[in-house]
Amino acid sequence: MSVTKYESQLREPLVNGDKTYGQVTQDIVHTIEAKPTRLWYIGFYVSVALLLFGVYSVYREVTYGIGQWNVNRTIGWGWDITNFVWWVGIGHAGTLISAILLLFRQGWRTGVNRAAEAMTIFAVMCAGQFPIFHMGRVWMAFFTLPYPNTRGPLWPNFNSPLMWDVFAISTYFTVSLLFWYSGLLPDLATVRDRAKTKLRKHLYGIASFGWSGSTKHWQRHESLSLVLAGLSTPLVLSVHTIVSFDFATSVIPGWHTTIFPPYFVAGAIFSGFAMVQTLMLVLRKVMNLHDYITLGHIEAMNKIIVLTGSIVGCAYLTELFMAWYSQVPFEQDIFFKYRIAGPYGWSYWLMMTCNVISPQLFWFRKLRRNVLFTFIMSIVVNIGMWFERFVIIVSSLYRDYLPSSWSVYYRPTIWEVGFYLGTFGLFFTCFFLFAKYFPVIAIAEIKYVLKTTGESYKDNMENLEKKSVDEFVHEMHHDHHAEGKVTVAHH
Amino acid sequence: MALKKFVVGCFQDEKVLFPAVEKVRKAGYKFHDIYTPFPVHGLDKAMGLRDTSLHTAGFLYGLIGTTTAVTFMTWVFTKDWPVNIGGKPNFAFPAWIPITFEMTVLCAAVGMVLTFCYICQLAPFVKRHHFHPRATDDLFVMVIECGEKTNEDELKSLLNSVGAEGVNTQVAEEGWWIGRYDKEQELYKEPNIA
Repeated sequence: MSVTKYESQLREPLVNGDKTYGQVTQDIVHTIEAKPTRLWYIGFYVSVALLLFGVYSVYREVTYGIGQWNVNRTIGWGWDITNFVWWVGIGHAGTLISAILLLFRQGWRTGVNRAAEAMTIFAVMCAGQFPIFHMGRVWMAFFTLPYPNTRGPLWPNFNSPLMWDVFAISTYFTVSLLFWYSGLLPDLATVRDRAKTKLRKHLYGIASFGWSGSTKHWQRHESLSLVLAGLSTPLVLSVHTIVSFDFATSVIPGWHTTIFPPYFVAGAIFSGFAMVQTLMLVLRKVMNLHDYITLGHIEAMNKIIVLTGSIVGCAYLTELFMAWYSQVPFEQDIFFKYRIAGPYGWSYWLMMTCNVISPQLFWFRKLRRNVLFTFIMSIVVNIGMWFERFVIIVSSLYRDYLPSSWSVYYRPTIWEVGFYLGTFGLFFTCFFLFAKYFPVIAIAEIKYVLKTTGESYKDNMENLEKKSVDEFVHEMHHDHHAEGKVTVAHH
Repeated sequence: MALKKFVVGCFQDEKVLFPAVEKVRKAGYKFHDIYTPFPVHGLDKAMGLRDTSLHTAGFLYGLIGTTTAVTFMTWVFTKDWPVNIGGKPNFAFPAWIPITFEMTVLCAAVGMVLTFCYICQLAPFVKRHHFHPRATDDLFVMVIECGEKTNEDELKSLLNSVGAEGVNTQVAEEGWWIGRYDKEQELYKEPNIA
């Protein structure tokens, strides 16, 4: 069977190696069928241990109250909301990859979208913990929901950005979950039909909802994916916009700026892609997926990182300029006295180095395609983005309008740190389970880009289109022939 | 549950599948379905299926979400319990845009997924007859329903002549039911050509 690679011969192939459909299935599903490796067990148990530590930290906070943390009247948000914004930001890359890149017809998304979407869901789960437990009396968290209650009924304040957050995060979680799972159905059916044990057949039978691969079902499935992508695109932008409203609609110097929504969205995509890189590089190594997550994928994501990193850098400089240009003394003090200098100045410069300066190295193609460098950079970016939120929250809050309420130097307690570590535990426990029991790469979508499908249907389309492509190929052939770089397949 | 008779043929390549679909259609046979491991573009048109209107349903669900959110917040803040929030108007429409938007997306997405599952009859514990286990792996499985007047041998030889492999007849329940996968279904064995 002749296998032509991804349609365009002028681009890098999306899947390396001459693969048949059967091989694709085998490559991706065999990790589910095999026993987990030793590394998997080590990673899983470490994650579970972290999770348990997190559970204990939260137990202390719930039992003894917010006093278990070092947040105070001035720095009311501290680590907790820093972590919230950080995790939500990470949760943006998955839907960006699956929705926005689907609408932009970026074929390379197929290699990474499944795992990135899973990452999104787990990151949003982690993010949600922070505002919920920050409420203090967490058993009253359901008061935020507008339900007919016996207190009047008393309704939540729909004018409040914190209320918008409740809607935004829960909608985002639900829609991402539906998008992810509807995409998983066909692949779970593949695992079911390959099952060699009764238990596996039964469980994957339940999970795959009886998917059969009927043409009509595929037609509806495609329509569903496209509309969900269309819905998720503004959704993913709205979520971090609304998170930034938590800050921007307040009257705190350093927060009260109109640049916040685009600045936060760019930052979210930036950190999200960094986390995708961290996970993908490990995944492709451990599960031997080099043919599906190629250097081309890594380079494409690094390009997005350098773009969004530069947007973030631009926003940082704009903030400084506006603080000076506005001539508002409070704004100027916050930026020039308390952020850049001041006791937390180190965190500002750490943020600047990690987010603005270091990603610029990705302008070099060699570095974009270097796996080890990309891995280190992905960690650096995530540290930088955590400090961005820390800088925004802590350095704007610790000098209040009234010098009498100025805070002492803020340091988290062990239980505050433990809560954060616990969400790492939750995130990686979920991710390890996902990597073991679910297809980490969208099998059906890979098969779809593996060959040009529907060839005969395409032939019937306008000859004009075909002609112009031929002419283009012809031109390219001539242009590059002298350099001997690009070889073009003759049909 | 009514059992029906089906003639099943497998294809390894969509280049063989498309002309085959055309020929089978021309010969006047009725497709039960074609099961494919991934969405094959143009196959629905080739089979003569009409376009899905699932997206229209999605639009309607979205509208429901928008109206629900706006009317509910208006009712709460102007009728049921008007609150003076910093002297701002009770009908604070600009401040409700985020929630209205989120509700639109939520209703459209949830509604569409539920509709999708309903019209495709997909749910946990739903079981249907699978004509070939490799239909979700690497084969395109064409299934043709045998009516009273269908000449089975003729149909089989037609399928063979258009490039189908492993042509066989199966008697199966065409709908879906609740059951266990591992009860009657055969488990996977190492790949053997259909």
